[in-house]
Amino acid sequence: MASLRSAARVTRAAQALELGFRCRHNWPMPECLHTFFPLSPGRAHEAQGSGAAFFALAACANQPKPSLWINESWQAERLHPAGITPILSPDHLLFANTQNQADSLAAAEEALRSAAFSVVVTQLSQPLTLFTGRRLQLAAKAGETTGIFLIPEGAGSHAAETRWHCAPHFSPDDSTLHRWKLIKNKSGTLTEWVTRWDEQTRGIIVVSEAAERAGAARPPD
Amino acid sequence: MVSLWFPRLPSERVLRARPIEAPFALTHRQSNTERVYCLNEQAEKQGLKKGVGLGEARVLCPGLQTSGAEPLADARFMQVLARWAGQYCPWVGIEEDGLALDISGSAHLRGGESPLLADMEDRLRRAGLSHRAGLADTRGAAWALARNGGGIAPPGDALSRLAPLPITALRLPPAACNSLQRLGIRTVRDLANLPRSTLTRRFGAEVLLRLDQALGAIPEPVSPLPPPTPFAFRMTLPEPIGLLADVSAGLERLLAQLCNRLEAREMGARKLVFTARRVDQASVQAEVRLARPMRDTARIARLFERGLEALEAGYGIDQIRLEAVEVEKLPLRQISTYSAARIDGLADIITRLGNRIGLENITRYLPADSHLPEKSFSIVPAAYSEATSTGWASSTPRPFLIFPAEPIAAGGPVLPKRFRWRRLWFRVAEAIGPERIAPEWWFDHPDWRSGVRDYWRVLTHEGRRLWLFFTPQNPGWFVQGEFS
Repeated sequence: MASLRSAARVTRAAQALELGFRCRHNWPMPECLHTFFPLSPGRAHEAQGSGAAFFALAACANQPKPSLWINESWQAERLHPAGITPILSPDHLLFANTQNQADSLAAAEEALRSAAFSVVVTQLSQPLTLFTGRRLQLAAKAGETTGIFLIPEGAGSHAAETRWHCAPHFSPDDSTLHRWKLIKNKSGTLTEWVTRWDEQTRGIIVVSEAAERAGAARPPD
Repeated sequence: MVSLWFPRLPSERVLRARPIEAPFALTHRQSNTERVYCLNEQAEKQGLKKGVGLGEARVLCPGLQTSGAEPLADARFMQVLARWAGQYCPWVGIEEDGLALDISGSAHLRGGESPLLADMEDRLRRAGLSHRAGLADTRGAAWALARNGGGIAPPGDALSRLAPLPITALRLPPAACNSLQRLGIRTVRDLANLPRSTLTRRFGAEVLLRLDQALGAIPEPVSPLPPPTPFAFRMTLPEPIGLLADVSAGLERLLAQLCNRLEAREMGARKLVFTARRVDQASVQAEVRLARPMRDTARIARLFERGLEALEAGYGIDQIRLEAVEVEKLPLRQISTYSAARIDGLADIITRLGNRIGLENITRYLPADSHLPEKSFSIVPAAYSEATSTGWASSTPRPFLIFPAEPIAAGGPVLPKRFRWRRLWFRVAEAIGPERIAPEWWFDHPDWRSGVRDYWRVLTHEGRRLWLFFTPQNPGWFVQGEFS
């Protein structure tokens, strides 16, 4: 089993090489974020933590088809279109407001299966069971759609392909950093990255750890 | 012209469903009293009249059975009668308590006027509807005859039949009727003999207008009903069915017919209702609301799948009916491979989701012209709007998450060094601001009653980047958004 997994890792690294993804360290390792981050389509992923919404938004960017966000109607936190414009155009987003989590999951399953969306983001308030998680995973596979579930901490299911812990990261030099930690990964190791949204390339880039090492000298102003 | 009068239509409509051999009355509530609305023949024989109070009616006729009146159902029944009368002529209009039929040119199809009238009366009698029919050259004369015993007026000489009738037969306003009767003018003959100029001066134009309409000097056409909705098809089955596959096959046949007609008229369905009538006379419905007007048989059939599964067939279904309740224009279009399939796919999934959670709950953002952050966009149903990619630019950075303002414990106009929000402590590392936003004085927004706001972008040591504001006119600090 372990050898199978490592074989898969090597293949993915090779794919990353071919596609030209490269980290700052110029070394296309399996631990490179781009091996995992344009999240593998046809799978369901989970994100938790205070930066999970940003993570999902970044995943919706640069996709050919529109994305769907499923919220329960009592959840008052909404994306603000004027604020998301640097990342993706608000006309690429559709929203579904549901009555309860059962409706949310049903809508998510239907949307994942339909292949009309690139990414389906679902905000959950209760834990997912293995049964539901597996069912959503199958739906995502049927529609070749990426599913992202924003879960409360520790409420994921074992069926998820990857689970991420995301939080905004403080640095005195850069106020746009995020720390993304892979805390579950079915096809690779667990790693963490400090990332930020780059407006020039309109994509996520990894910031080298050295830049935000504790006690590092600040660049001259 | 034929005028049909149904003096007891509401009560007979109810009695058709449950025949009873006893005095019966429909009542309705009028200024806090139950009053008699309509009576059957036996109740009328007991001396009851329309409009008396229910208590009084019970005293006069102890065995009276009553039920509540339903004017809407009566109106629907009248529509049914009008459709039935369409077999005699195409021009059928509805008037108060009756129908007006313009049979000129179609009477010979039934062998002449009196056979036509006899056939009509025979069928109505068999249906259990008491009625009076009047046939004359004009609508007014036919109306007068129908309300006064019925009969046929000789062609060209309506006055000979109308002359002995009371002036109430002329559809005059009640006030004019009263005054005329007070002057001793009781019959149509009396009225016709009066000099016209004095009559107009004394009673206005309406009296002469009605008289002329009855005698044919002024034409009065029948305005026919609009043609029934053409986007409905039904199928009656020789044997009841109950299997899902059978019902779907029936639906597909109806859909094919419906879509052909929609295509011929360049229309698209927006809302479809499938009604299945069961053997026990109950009917069950499945409804589909579409995100875009559509007339594609296969795609609509797929969207109906979920609704059909939920139908309860009971002892079996013996009639099915499909109606496009809402239709919109859908012009023929050049077929192109470019993006058409994708838009269709999106519309289909919006329909599917909409039928589960409500079509208005699938939304998208549209830009709105306001500098208030909550009002800088509007949330509209995706099925009834088009996406726009322009109008989103903002000159100042805006948070990517926004929520209703949440107060934090801090006093004074100076940004606190530490604050507690959502049960977490935050230490401020850097703050950029203030950016003052004033409420729109021409519009009362309940959240903005606390006056102008000074917005700060706050970078915390804990990592989160929050959007805080201070309300100087009503001192207090709030958190309203989060930056990426």
